[in-house]
Amino acid sequence: MAMMERREFLIKVVSPAAFTVALFLIWEIACRALKVPLTILPPPSAVFAALWQFRAPIIDNSYVTLWTTLAGFLIATVFGLLLGIAVGWHRAIYAGIYPVLIGFNSIPKVAVVPVLILWFGLGEVPAIITAFLISFFPIVVNVATGLATTEPELEDVLRALGASKLDIMRKVGIPRSLPYFFGSLKVAITLAFVGAVVSETVGANKGLGKLMLDAQASFQVPIVFAGLMVLAVLGIILYAITAAVEHRFTRWAFRGQNR
Amino acid sequence: MSDTLVSLNQVSMTYGRGATATKAIEEVTLDIARGEFIAVVGPSGCGKSSLMKLISGLHPTAAGTLTVEGKPVTSPIKAVGMAFQNSNLLPWRSIVDNVLLPLEIVQPHRSRMRSERAQYRDKAVKLLESVGLKGFTDKFPWELSGGMQQRSSICRALIHEPEILMLDEPFGALDAFTREELWCTLRDVQAARKVTVMLVTHDLREAVFLADTVYVMSNRPGRIVKRCSVNLPRPRDLEVTYTQEFQNIVHELRAAIGGKH
Repeated sequence: MAMMERREFLIKVVSPAAFTVALFLIWEIACRALKVPLTILPPPSAVFAALWQFRAPIIDNSYVTLWTTLAGFLIATVFGLLLGIAVGWHRAIYAGIYPVLIGFNSIPKVAVVPVLILWFGLGEVPAIITAFLISFFPIVVNVATGLATTEPELEDVLRALGASKLDIMRKVGIPRSLPYFFGSLKVAITLAFVGAVVSETVGANKGLGKLMLDAQASFQVPIVFAGLMVLAVLGIILYAITAAVEHRFTRWAFRGQNR
Repeated sequence: MSDTLVSLNQVSMTYGRGATATKAIEEVTLDIARGEFIAVVGPSGCGKSSLMKLISGLHPTAAGTLTVEGKPVTSPIKAVGMAFQNSNLLPWRSIVDNVLLPLEIVQPHRSRMRSERAQYRDKAVKLLESVGLKGFTDKFPWELSGGMQQRSSICRALIHEPEILMLDEPFGALDAFTREELWCTLRDVQAARKVTVMLVTHDLREAVFLADTVYVMSNRPGRIVKRCSVNLPRPRDLEVTYTQEFQNIVHELRAAIGGKH
């Protein structure tokens, strides 16, 4: 048992930590050995120094990016769930909505941001909407797929008992699509994050994207990289939280794995 | 056999409409008496399962008359319990909660479910115990073997005390020994509850061992080509499957199905 735990610990904690440290080390050594100028690629030591020196504005702007991401993600979750149920409800709705949905999803969202700024002005609203627009699609697709894959025999069993479409949805369709739904949330949260930052780099007065844009304009490249680093860490944290929620709510779908 | 529960008279059934319609069942005439155990056998794709859908009211007839308890069938009839080759248990529900599912849908249980859940639960547990699942009621489906899952599936089909139990190749995915075990379970359940059973199968031994009457269907479009009463005395023991009389009936049915050997 202790043996197993140690193995688990090695795989789940030591391995990713060692990998990350190694990556930073190689980066640092490469920068020093090749004498890369600070304005091209700063070594990690310079990035961490910038991170510490400018911690106040970085925290300040991270906060804005974080809440716009979460606001957009929340709207996307509610909207995506409802639309997914609608699409999965009936083939006619599916056939009607799907082409429009795919067409819409194919538009690069960065192209929509100027329009949003035009409508709502500079500020948090375009970032929230971009985060929402970019992240609701996988939720819709996954929920609809979950509903569409209900076993026809099971549907027969319930229909023979006089179950309405709503009954079948409530008892079978929606519970069985939950793993798909929570799975899509993991994808959606990272997309929402990307959406918010993209919007900020196109035009905003606050946020990590804006901070990096300003730093870049004044050639403070270590700050740009500090921003990137914070983005990566926040992305990992958001993903981990969503994954934990997924695991908590759909334990039955993870049978056989480490429960 | 006395009173008729299900009656089909010259019934046909098609999938699709107009020019693309395919005939699944053609001019089937048969009666099922209350408490009778019938089996329908035939080559795969002959419309055995379609016949089941038809009687349960899930699919309309194209021609002929179909009555259950003297009333024509136009919509799903609730007096039916169904089980299929795949147990179709819901993985997020425990076994007992799976068995309770029909009661959450069918009236009058549906409206009583909230207030009398404990009694219903007791009933489900007793039913599960009667098929040998004592101690497994709170497990989840994936924790059970295929045979146990199938037992649970049959319990789910029985919990609302249907008039007719419809089984579509319920033991098809099981190994030979488990299958024979479940034959006996089904035999005992039917004897105890006097429920009418319609068993669709391609296993002739299974059909002869369990049924009072075996119907043989032809290739698509399915017609009844042979009706065979099995007069082996009940209760039947598995030993009966090795007797000459049993073998003769199986041979006779096999000949009626035909096909290349």
